[in-house]
Amino acid sequence: MRWGTIRKPSVAWRVTPNLVDYDAVCRSFTWDDARTALDGLPGGRGLNIAYEAVDRHVAAGNGDRVAVRWRGRHGAREEWTYAQLSERSDRFAGALRAMSVQAGERVFALLPRIPDLYVAALGTLKARCVFSPLFAAFGPQPIAQRLHIGQGRVLVTTESLYRRKVAGIRESVPDLTHVLISGTWSADPAAAGVQELETLLNAAPTEFEIEPTDPEDPALLHFTSGTTGTPKGAVHVHAAAVMHHHTGRYALDLHPGDVFWCTADPGWVTGTSYGIFAPLLHGITMVVDEGEFDADRWYGIIESERVSVWYTAPTAVRMLMKTGSDVALAHDLTSLRFVASVGEPLNPEGVLWGQEVLGLPIHDNWWQTETGGIMIANFAALDIQPGSMGRPLPGVEATVLLRDAHGRIAVHDGVVEPAPPGEEGELALRPGWPSMFRTYLGDEERYRDCFVGGWYRTGDLVRRGDDGYFWFVGRGDDVIKSAGHLIGPFEVESALMEHPAVAEAGVIGVPDPVAGEAVKAFVSLHRGYQPTDELRLELLGFARSRLGAAVAPKEIAFDPDLPMTKSGKIMRRVLKARELGLPVGDLSTLEETS
Amino acid sequence: MSESEIRATVLGILTRIAPEADLTALDPDVEWQDQLDLDSMNLLTMMVDIERATGVTVPERDYPKVSTLNSCVAYLMSRTPVAQ
Repeated sequence: MRWGTIRKPSVAWRVTPNLVDYDAVCRSFTWDDARTALDGLPGGRGLNIAYEAVDRHVAAGNGDRVAVRWRGRHGAREEWTYAQLSERSDRFAGALRAMSVQAGERVFALLPRIPDLYVAALGTLKARCVFSPLFAAFGPQPIAQRLHIGQGRVLVTTESLYRRKVAGIRESVPDLTHVLISGTWSADPAAAGVQELETLLNAAPTEFEIEPTDPEDPALLHFTSGTTGTPKGAVHVHAAAVMHHHTGRYALDLHPGDVFWCTADPGWVTGTSYGIFAPLLHGITMVVDEGEFDADRWYGIIESERVSVWYTAPTAVRMLMKTGSDVALAHDLTSLRFVASVGEPLNPEGVLWGQEVLGLPIHDNWWQTETGGIMIANFAALDIQPGSMGRPLPGVEATVLLRDAHGRIAVHDGVVEPAPPGEEGELALRPGWPSMFRTYLGDEERYRDCFVGGWYRTGDLVRRGDDGYFWFVGRGDDVIKSAGHLIGPFEVESALMEHPAVAEAGVIGVPDPVAGEAVKAFVSLHRGYQPTDELRLELLGFARSRLGAAVAPKEIAFDPDLPMTKSGKIMRRVLKARELGLPVGDLSTLEETS
Repeated sequence: MSESEIRATVLGILTRIAPEADLTALDPDVEWQDQLDLDSMNLLTMMVDIERATGVTVPERDYPKVSTLNSCVAYLMSRTPVAQ
């Protein structure tokens, strides 16, 4: 079914969008110009994200402005001004130095959305250390693996999370020398090998001078999952702030005085690029909600905090749709001016639901961990074709590359050929935007494999229309996208295969009406084990206790006849075709690509 | 259904969603999320299973009212036909 284009402007602008003449801005755009929106460290000492996000606003006399409005799970409220955020993050940076943590070393956070998470992120960057956020719903295994790959030196967490998820794996990550506990520790911290963060911050000086920071210095480490192997640690640099600001301006249409709410958790890249940095770089107020999804609560936050720009996810939109419009209509949502969504493609019904219930269409956009910022977007002033990803940001060059039957991009004399309009291919981006990842930590080869003929391969299959709008078709690999999060099937299969009953495991994403995809595992058993309901539950518990609820399968099925290649690899695409009742296709091809 | 039957039903559903959890140690007045590793999909599944088992639909906006074992049982009790 073809959905009608949503024309703009449908009403007179309440606030004129930052990007009105798309073509003209794209033509005249340069990254050097974009950089001038930032100040740089005083005295020409480089570019540091934390200085741009916080300290420069204080230096400009705006220290009293509210940076963060925090809502606790059980009704607590806190407001943090830019000046307060600046001082506490200075103390955090000072505390790192007092512990002899050096520039370039990795500081991990495993925290709920509490103020110390934001302090830790900014303080880490001030100390020129690399900040790596972990999703608090990860189980011990993904946490250990990421700490190991990132050689984490410091971990900031809470007592509850530490006891449940870290204490048991502490010995497997010897590089981790400091565990800092936000809040209090119920017993003797030293005996448990941890330190209370508050004690360290109290002992640290109130001011910290940021040392010269090269814009190319590593700043952020975000983990993402591939089809095979261990998670990949994408490294981003301080220059990424240019992109966070640029996309905040054009893709999210941030204006002075806005109240911005990004519902993503900083454990994922959206929650840091847009849940921490973009709003602070713009000097506006951001809302942070510690609670989980709850329709009434969310509408209540938009209403009471007067949220003007809202950035959320398709899974949340679908849950709101399920809740029914009467819940929305019970709230005053007129503060909203612009609504955007990211995570997986937003179905046209979701775009239009926004228009009906929120009074605003939802603007889908596209990017990924490696890109560090929004690449393709539906813009405030541009027409929306419901279901489309939109068009590239000014400064971003995107194309569609044809793939052969083996998933390879055709290259002739080092040159690739773009697909004609309407034809399906792999979305590729021309390197050079400031928030592009600079490597996968410790895995230069996998990084190099991402490029072909001068383009970065995104792994996503798309089409481009005559009018320049991009349309998502599907993933080009076996990575599962559930509730906006990438889950690597290999990570889940490996955990299942640690169970003595499991001979082989194949993991795929199956369609889910709310989360997009849900993780489903197929396992074959070793001789002597029976496929009982009891064993199925045991395997489910086994996987959950290792991987955590967010990564573990939602469903496990026994399958004595898992499709394998001759070399013994699970053919996930065959599993998926079987599950969905689709034709299995050319197996000789699958053998090579799976 | 009696209160104890409802309680057993809810615990039975939880066991199938989070088999690793030690439900004997569950504090009935503390939120699930503070004691168990449940993501939003797990919670949705739980509500669907509760509806199937008890006939009571829990609308999304009432989820905060069923966030602990005791509050969930009380909620379901008030909406199920009283066992005679």
